Amino acid sequence: MDISLIVDNWQLFAEGLWNTVWLVSLSLLIGGLLALPLALAQAYQIPVWGRLSFWFSYSFRGTPLLVQLYLIYYGLGQFEFIRESFLWIFLREAYICALIAFSLNSAAYACEIIRGAICQVPQNLIETAHAIGMSDFQIMRRIVVPIAYRRSIFAYSNEVIFMLHGSVLASTITIIDLLGAGRKLNAKYYVTFEGFLTAALLYMAIVSLISLAFRMIEKKYSIER
Amino acid sequence: MKKILTLVVMGASALMANLAHAQDFTIRWGTEPGYKPFTYKNAEGKLVGFDIDIGEAICAELKAKCVWVEQDWDGLIPALQARRFDGILASMSITEERSRVVDFTHPYYIETSQFVGPIDKKYSDAEALSDKTVGVLRGSTQVDFLAATRPDLTLKEYPTNEETWLDLIAGRIDLVFAGSIATELGFLVSDDGKPFELFGKSYSDPKYFGSGVGIAVRKTDNELRDKISKAILTIRDNGTYSKINDRYFSFDVWGK
Repeated sequence: MDISLIVDNWQLFAEGLWNTVWLVSLSLLIGGLLALPLALAQAYQIPVWGRLSFWFSYSFRGTPLLVQLYLIYYGLGQFEFIRESFLWIFLREAYICALIAFSLNSAAYACEIIRGAICQVPQNLIETAHAIGMSDFQIMRRIVVPIAYRRSIFAYSNEVIFMLHGSVLASTITIIDLLGAGRKLNAKYYVTFEGFLTAALLYMAIVSLISLAFRMIEKKYSIER
Repeated sequence: MKKILTLVVMGASALMANLAHAQDFTIRWGTEPGYKPFTYKNAEGKLVGFDIDIGEAICAELKAKCVWVEQDWDGLIPALQARRFDGILASMSITEERSRVVDFTHPYYIETSQFVGPIDKKYSDAEALSDKTVGVLRGSTQVDFLAATRPDLTLKEYPTNEETWLDLIAGRIDLVFAGSIATELGFLVSDDGKPFELFGKSYSDPKYFGSGVGIAVRKTDNELRDKISKAILTIRDNGTYSKINDRYFSFDVWGK
């Protein structure tokens, strides 16, 4: 172990840390925004959209994130018509490709979590709401979704951590994320532990912060316990 | 009782000798098969190439069994240290930096590096270009060289050379900086490589690119290193090397 290598290259790790943090945060945000309509479409069995949502989450949860990332990054780049279209302005950037893959993947998992929670909202609550004259939309907005969200918190904290760990794949498509920084250091000085261990410790630090944040959110919003 | 014990000991030591014998005769080579024509996979997914043939010839010379292990480029030296294999046979240039952590055998060929770009851009002088994005292999001599001498270029690092070609075709990078022979024979001759060309001067500054391409072994494996070096010189002398050379190249890659 050569600590000075790590200290001398702190800027590399700072860059990696920053890239990992914003990439994961933005992916989770976009994924989370997509997840609710997807989950509702499935839980309420809305024609066509419900089926589409089912196949979307089925295919994104059924295939490895690495494959999704490679198909978007290297796969789409193979087609001349894509390279000549306006889409290429975005797709030529590795960051955008990673963001698309991570967001869709996260949306698929979050969708399943929320859908499960929606289905478990007690029937008697819904009946009571009906009895006092709420419309279906009001019930969804005021009863079902808030309860489902509060019940999803615990499961969703796992998804956030998995997304963070999954984000290391960004380093395979030229992005200097936290693992990418570790790999770069390892490759530059022909060492094994220095880069990986520093990256691992920083990932652990992020996970601790995520866990802490979720514990606070749970305390405030969780229904059970 | 004493007799039986003696017999057991004799039997055991004979067995041990046998085992030791068998182990002596396996060499595990680590390679990264994204570097046609040196080390790559053919249509059937089999490992082939100049490096592979050289490895097999060395094993034949040493009467050893060859085992091949695949590994991404930047993981080759760490995997060697972790004893996943005994030698790196993957067109690795012998540089001062690398020699600090591993030992190299006698070089088995020499290669220079050059820029690759689209023909229609009509680039001729790489020194005159600036603000370009260049694809390079992570952990390669090319990265060290460009990082030290060309701060005006943006480097994008890839796990294998195959991926630099994909992104050059896709237009995500303007140029690739790689070994000339592998670029010529591994990429430019293919259909995908037709719109591209090598241009500008060939770089071979020993400070960055080292003194040829060798086989890396662990610092502690002096005996293996010397055996392999001797085998390289033997196959060079007895004509095996030329036979392999002629399978892939129209010129002698040995150099000098």
